[in-house]
Amino acid sequence: MVDKSWLKESATFSRPVIREIQRAAETGIYDIRGFGAKRQIPHFDDLVFLGASMSRYPLEGYRETCGTNVTLGDRFAKRPITLDIPITIAGMSFGALSAQAKEALGRGASQMGTSTTTGDGGMTPEERGQSKYLVYQYLPSRYGMNPEDLRKADAIEVVVGQGAKPGGGGMLLGQKISPRVAGMRDLPEGIDQRSACRHPDWTGPDDLEIKIAELREITDWEKPIFIKVGAARTFYDVTLAVKAGADVVVVDGMQGGTAATQDVFIEHVGIPTLPAVRAAVDALKELDMHRKVQLIVSGGIRSGADVAKALAMGADAVSIGTAALIALGDNNDTHEAEYNKLGTSAGYYDDYQDGRDPAGICTQDPELSARLDPIAAGRRLANYLSVLTLETQTLARACGKSHVHNLEPEDLAALTIEAAAMAGVPLAGTQWIPGKF
Amino acid sequence: MVSFDLADNPVRELNQHLHAAVSGKVTVNNAGGKHSIAVGAIGNHEVEINGNVGYYCAGMNSDATIRVNGHAGPGLAENMMSGRVQVSGNASQYCAATAHGGLVVIEGDASSRCGISMKGVDIVVKGSVGHMSAFMAQKGCLVVCGDAGDALGDSIYEAQLYVRGKVESLGADCEQKEMRAEHKDKLQSLLDAAGITDIQVNEFTRYGSARKLYHFDIDNASIY
Repeated sequence: MVDKSWLKESATFSRPVIREIQRAAETGIYDIRGFGAKRQIPHFDDLVFLGASMSRYPLEGYRETCGTNVTLGDRFAKRPITLDIPITIAGMSFGALSAQAKEALGRGASQMGTSTTTGDGGMTPEERGQSKYLVYQYLPSRYGMNPEDLRKADAIEVVVGQGAKPGGGGMLLGQKISPRVAGMRDLPEGIDQRSACRHPDWTGPDDLEIKIAELREITDWEKPIFIKVGAARTFYDVTLAVKAGADVVVVDGMQGGTAATQDVFIEHVGIPTLPAVRAAVDALKELDMHRKVQLIVSGGIRSGADVAKALAMGADAVSIGTAALIALGDNNDTHEAEYNKLGTSAGYYDDYQDGRDPAGICTQDPELSARLDPIAAGRRLANYLSVLTLETQTLARACGKSHVHNLEPEDLAALTIEAAAMAGVPLAGTQWIPGKF
Repeated sequence: MVSFDLADNPVRELNQHLHAAVSGKVTVNNAGGKHSIAVGAIGNHEVEINGNVGYYCAGMNSDATIRVNGHAGPGLAENMMSGRVQVSGNASQYCAATAHGGLVVIEGDASSRCGISMKGVDIVVKGSVGHMSAFMAQKGCLVVCGDAGDALGDSIYEAQLYVRGKVESLGADCEQKEMRAEHKDKLQSLLDAAGITDIQVNEFTRYGSARKLYHFDIDNASIY
């Protein structure tokens, strides 16, 4: 037995780095995985709320009202949607997820009066049936896209990009292309399926403006239209999205999850959610469209603290994906033995792409999918959403706010210089915002 | 017969009428290059549009028969589900993009990316098509009576391509295929449906997927 306590590990060539080099040499293919960015980056943890004190008046917890509702899409749509809580479920496809998981997301969201979102591959009856508010994604692939479902939707989300891979398309490996998935996507069964990285019939914001007008015409101007972008050149992207006619802009930071993307893409493209929120709000304010075009922020939202901080920075709502899957049962210890068989462990599992998810969430295997009870899993999601909401209200009341949207940047301080610069709030204990004052 | 003059009336009124699911004849005058003309039509309308149309004319059409007496802008009949769209002139880029069904007939030429990501529609172009046509084409047939530009059928899935003239180049994973009897029958039926009587099926060459890229293989990486 070698005593390893004195061995010095390289910071540059750490054991995971060495293992990845070895894996690449053995297989000749880049690593594809699910989940989001795993490395340490500036995040909402680097902010704190200042709370009420001599100059602020707090509200009584459990006694004084703190509103949480949000209306999305009242810029142009005849039928904007009003959600009970400012936390929505992000787009995740049937195909990437099992039908049971999609149904559970709909059930959990509906119990809390919020929305869920389709994903690549179209709308399933299970999801529509269980979702009080369903946002229908309009993606480059247009898999499963049809006007009938478009009209059944409560809102339409034009997906330009996502935080895990701004500038990248999607992939669904053959293991997950079941007969049903293949049929919905008009593709042969079992092939590795690519989703295009850009839309087939428009190429820039001027075209997109015409495209959105077409979607409004097809749906008789009833549906709110969202534009979703991966966080990159966020100030300009949001400006152009507003110009193109969006009712709502969704900005997804680099911590945002994916079902299957190259690791190099997940970890090295895009900017964190923290600076993206600030840049998006700056753009909306410069256009005098803040609170007129709603901003939804996603990418690494885990707790009510994250929700409250995003709202304080100026978002109207947040969206969760990875956290929602964890609430359903992803990475749960109960499957530890099976995670071990896959060469991983609960808390680390990210091979959403290979279709062998022991939790029955990221799979099309009938036996595995059947493990997920949509009713029980939906209840767990509702519980989790309830906790996020209560935590958000707790923080808002502590700052003296009778509605979570009354949270403001002045309620925040940053713990690091990086976070202060990115979020545009003062470093704690100072008036200093790097780059501003 | 219902008539809409787009010189005086907004496109909205026309589209609202076509969403009422009441079949009938509709004439549209002075199209004037306007966008989103006759989009999302539901039912067996027979729509005749006089003048050039802008972006996305006949987009997401279901069942209607739509004729354009003029040229068409980008995205003609995009994501069409069923029905028929015919243009007397040329069609700009992305014609019939992602369309699931029905028939699109272009009497002139179609620009680049004709039939991009097509999912079951049949397209007949009496003239030529531009580059990257049938890119990632999934299902359906593209018939080109003239020539095809660069990278025809790049990353094609199961769509069938029939070209009578010269193909500038084939895209990744697209190859020439044998023209068997069933293909000749299908092609003949499409020419008949398009009203083309002066061209023979044996003048065409068939192209389709080599299926080498259906599963990632490191040894095929150079094809991309």
